[in-house]
Amino acid sequence: MRGAASSMSVLRPRSAKEALAAYAAHPSAIPLAGGTDVMVLWNMGLLNGRTVLDLSGVSEWAKTKKTPRGLSLGALITHQGLQQDAVVTTRLPLLAQACATIGAQQIQNRGTLGGNIANASPAGDTFPVLAVYEAVVSVMGPGGARAVPFSGIFAGVKKTTLAPGELIASVDVPFLAKKPSRQLFRKVGTRLAQAISKTMAAGLLWLEGGRVEELRFALGSMAPTVRRLSAAEAYVKGRKLDAKTVEEACSLLEDDVSPIDDIRSTREYRLQVSKNLLRSFLS
Amino acid sequence: MPSVGRSPSRREGPDKLCGAAKYIDDYDFGPETLHGVTLRSTIPRGTIKSITFNPLYPWKDFIIVTSKDIPGENVVALIEADQPLLAETVIRHPMEPILLLAHPNRQTAYEALKQITVEYEALPGVFTIEESLAKKQLLHGTDNVFKRYLIEKGDVAAAFKEAAHIVEGYYRLPHQEQAYIENNGVASYVDKDGTIVVMGSIQCPFYVHKALMKAFHRDGSQVRVIQTTTGGGFGGKEEYPSIIAGHCALLALKSGKPVKMIYDRHEDMAATTKRHPAVVRHRTGVAKDGRLVAQDIEVVMDAGAYVTLSPVVLSRGTLHASGPYDCPNVRVRASCVATSTPPNGAFRGFGAPQTLFAAELHMEKIAAKLGLDSLELRRKNLLRLGSTTSTGQLLTQSVGAEEALEKTVKKSGYLKKRREYDAWNQKGSNPTWRGVGLAVCHHGAGFTGSGEVMLASRASVQLGKDGLVHVLAASTEIGQGTNTMFAQVAADALGLPLEKVVVDVPDTARVPNSGPTVASRTTMVVGGLVRRAALLLKADLRYAPKDLKKAAKILTKSYEVEYERPTDVVWDDKTYKGDAYGCYSYAAMVVDLEIDKLTYEVTVREVTTAQDVGKAIHPLFVEGQIMGGTAQGLGYALLEAPVYKDGFMANSQLTNYIIPTALDTPPMDVSIVEKPYSNGPFGAKGVGELPLDVPGPAVAAAVFHATGLWLTELPILPERLCAAALAEAP
Amino acid sequence: MIKLTVNKKKRSFAGHPFKRLLDVLREDFGLTGAKEGCGEGECGACTVLVDGRPVNSCLIPVCQAEGAKVETVESLGTPDRLSRLQASFLECGGAQCGMCTPGMLMTASAWVKGGGSAEPKAIRGALAGNLCRCTGYQHIVESVAKCVKKKARR
Repeated sequence: MRGAASSMSVLRPRSAKEALAAYAAHPSAIPLAGGTDVMVLWNMGLLNGRTVLDLSGVSEWAKTKKTPRGLSLGALITHQGLQQDAVVTTRLPLLAQACATIGAQQIQNRGTLGGNIANASPAGDTFPVLAVYEAVVSVMGPGGARAVPFSGIFAGVKKTTLAPGELIASVDVPFLAKKPSRQLFRKVGTRLAQAISKTMAAGLLWLEGGRVEELRFALGSMAPTVRRLSAAEAYVKGRKLDAKTVEEACSLLEDDVSPIDDIRSTREYRLQVSKNLLRSFLS
Repeated sequence: MPSVGRSPSRREGPDKLCGAAKYIDDYDFGPETLHGVTLRSTIPRGTIKSITFNPLYPWKDFIIVTSKDIPGENVVALIEADQPLLAETVIRHPMEPILLLAHPNRQTAYEALKQITVEYEALPGVFTIEESLAKKQLLHGTDNVFKRYLIEKGDVAAAFKEAAHIVEGYYRLPHQEQAYIENNGVASYVDKDGTIVVMGSIQCPFYVHKALMKAFHRDGSQVRVIQTTTGGGFGGKEEYPSIIAGHCALLALKSGKPVKMIYDRHEDMAATTKRHPAVVRHRTGVAKDGRLVAQDIEVVMDAGAYVTLSPVVLSRGTLHASGPYDCPNVRVRASCVATSTPPNGAFRGFGAPQTLFAAELHMEKIAAKLGLDSLELRRKNLLRLGSTTSTGQLLTQSVGAEEALEKTVKKSGYLKKRREYDAWNQKGSNPTWRGVGLAVCHHGAGFTGSGEVMLASRASVQLGKDGLVHVLAASTEIGQGTNTMFAQVAADALGLPLEKVVVDVPDTARVPNSGPTVASRTTMVVGGLVRRAALLLKADLRYAPKDLKKAAKILTKSYEVEYERPTDVVWDDKTYKGDAYGCYSYAAMVVDLEIDKLTYEVTVREVTTAQDVGKAIHPLFVEGQIMGGTAQGLGYALLEAPVYKDGFMANSQLTNYIIPTALDTPPMDVSIVEKPYSNGPFGAKGVGELPLDVPGPAVAAAVFHATGLWLTELPILPERLCAAALAEAP
Repeated sequence: MIKLTVNKKKRSFAGHPFKRLLDVLREDFGLTGAKEGCGEGECGACTVLVDGRPVNSCLIPVCQAEGAKVETVESLGTPDRLSRLQASFLECGGAQCGMCTPGMLMTASAWVKGGGSAEPKAIRGALAGNLCRCTGYQHIVESVAKCVKKKARR
């Protein structure tokens, strides 16, 4: 363990207001939520000498609220908390499923929805689901509050579009207006628990009269950020899902992703398996 | 009531279960304690040009040790004297230790490493077996080969001419990390009388003792090594502790203070030993009826940058290379070569899992080529009483291969599953492919050939003033159950209740040298010594008062015995002929698995195994060894893929080096077969390593059954399955 | 000053608020049961219960445990008086080298207390955050199942 506690400064705000003020005063501080990512880096000795903004005391960001359109999930709600929320499990089942695949219980008990987004890993386990649910991230900062569509929250690997001094307050997830004909969440990881994904898919499909009314399909770990398959989604709209259409959709998959070889997997595998998942979902 | 064959409670179990057992980092050596850290090479190969300390840094607060501070020889004493304790100018692998720092604060010590700049002149490295064999760079001698062995039995060339079929195969095995949950760690201090003391997580206290004597130029009485509760070893704490102990003792000697050196996971994985990667080629001649008539086998292992234990690992690999089969004509040519990677070393199985993977999977290949059932092929060729091994060893007792095989086949429903899964796989709409695979392995117990004779191990028992019989041996408890097993063996030999026996902590100042805790030898060899020593005490107890406290006043001596070669074990090191091991243990395994057609993820549904251990002194622990070894073997087969970049381990974290969780590990049905061995205590042979040999080939066979794909390189990752499937696709 | 309850005792910690809970337990409170195996929340050897839930104490700065109820392996039983769960582990071979054991026991104790079932697959899922390299897990799963059954019988 290489993290030196004595080298650290800790800011411990007790409210959202205090948190934003503290962050404004210390713009280089590292926001800390459940610590399941930040503390790993700290243990490696990579954050010594830094200031940490501990958000765990900001209780107003740890609540779920019903909104007219869906749920407003506080950024500090844990992955375990989301799985225990009856509204989440019934109305947003893919989100509950995704949370259940994160690490194991120890991680789910600490890691938070907002912290996971702020960490902006390409492999964030909730991201494909939030992408297909078309969530909106509520951000607060020196310039006030703003709503960022989930598709616009990531700037790259480990990078968000948050401005200096901005923090994630909640994630607003609308309920689906109409029950989907099919839905899918599938994480393909290095093992059955405590795994980082190699590829990960979330899908929603609405069929009307044998034709595709709408497809939403997102992949994680396949590009620097989570990706919706916009080309495939647009192509299948209004079509019957015959073998030819499905194959064309699968080949269009590559338009929206750019998987790589890394220590966890290969580009070839990621592409092939992602196509298999899409094919199976559409067939 | 005798305790052998029952499963009494683990001796140190209650302490471990309450958090009261003390591992090295749990000890508090007082406020003076320093923490040691290691500066390591950041290049794979080259020379050190200069080492610069940031002049603005408060170095006076640190203890700094370089190779110049070594009082004796700058060498890690093991087989060859080629590995320095600290690099002087030459760097032969990444993460090679260069200098040491100690400071009262562990994190400050780590931070200070960043204030030292090492300038190198880099040389190109050699990173694979192929590059080494091609002499891309010369790392050692004239051909990069550290060691060679040759086994010759019968006339292979002539036999090939007669063979009805010839089947060739090529197999490849990766590094594997031991991944004990407790990282390497030791503490050291200099006693009032000047003795250098090292305590720590250690498998072989006398290896460390020997290494310290050499590095510190001291005799045995001035060096003392004490084992603390050890959080797993699996070979990973066989030879490496000699290095970390040497480092820690250097800091302790220079500072005059207690020093702790505890590696974190990254350092432990990146710098310490791994299982040897290997390539194995088979060429096999088979008669019309399926009998093996000739085996020509070539083995090459990657030793890494220094010799360390590679000759012994290679030896065991060589001796097991022909599999558990009786073939009249065998040639095994084996070598281990140098590469610019951290030295590879001991890991449970010690060369055998590599060569047995090749031998067993090759049997599947032969069966497929000949259109035979692989079970029938095995039945035809399996080692039995009266068989001779590749070294010409005649097996006259304790051969349970057949019984293990038949039991496993029956209990697993192997034949029925073969048929059912064939039907399942026919149906294209099923979401998975299913397969069952079979493997049989043998594993020699104890040191190879004359190894035990040269070790001349000793163990003793002594009646204590506390009225208890103390077992004194250097064999360590590392989770496998040594403490409990020794107590059972001694108690039964003495005819005393188990509670009357205690097993003392391995402390080189107090216990005789029983040799290392390796090679599946602790029960069979050292357990045998404990039994003999106990019998000596028993003979004297006949004339002593019944009350053991009173008896202790008279029987004050230590009852010590030394290893005696069984007269029926004869071995010639020069020709590699004779009785390579006193006896072998045998295992058969059926792996039942399923492969997702969308993701190529492999789920092992069930493992069925029967293993012949001679006699299970403690059946629950034997089962524990079998299950634990199986899980490591399944990891080796399916998950564990160390990634190397320029000789550095790129995934030196438990996040990225994937070992099985409880969910990845299948239910296991374990049967113990007992074919007693006359030279083992109560008939016992070894069980420590055997279970790791079988899962690899059984998994690969099951994958072949499920998919028809030959995956001859471990691990069988979904990526490899996917690539193989795509390559096969029309 | 950070106040917390550890094994039912009120404790306060005057050191640095960013010190890890694991180090505070081990170094300041003398509770060396929880172990460090990886320092990245992967192995679970440092598992303790915070407000009844298993967490990795290597990933928690002590300031985040302010006011929390922390339970470590030392809260379960003593070598002379093992808890039901510990006794089941002893009986079924659930501990070998013992390094994962304290963390494993804490996760298992939350499972048993929370009314978890004796079904092996479910137990495996619950224990998936605790790596063990010795046992192959089956004896651990059997230990937990035995404890669940003993509890039900009572």
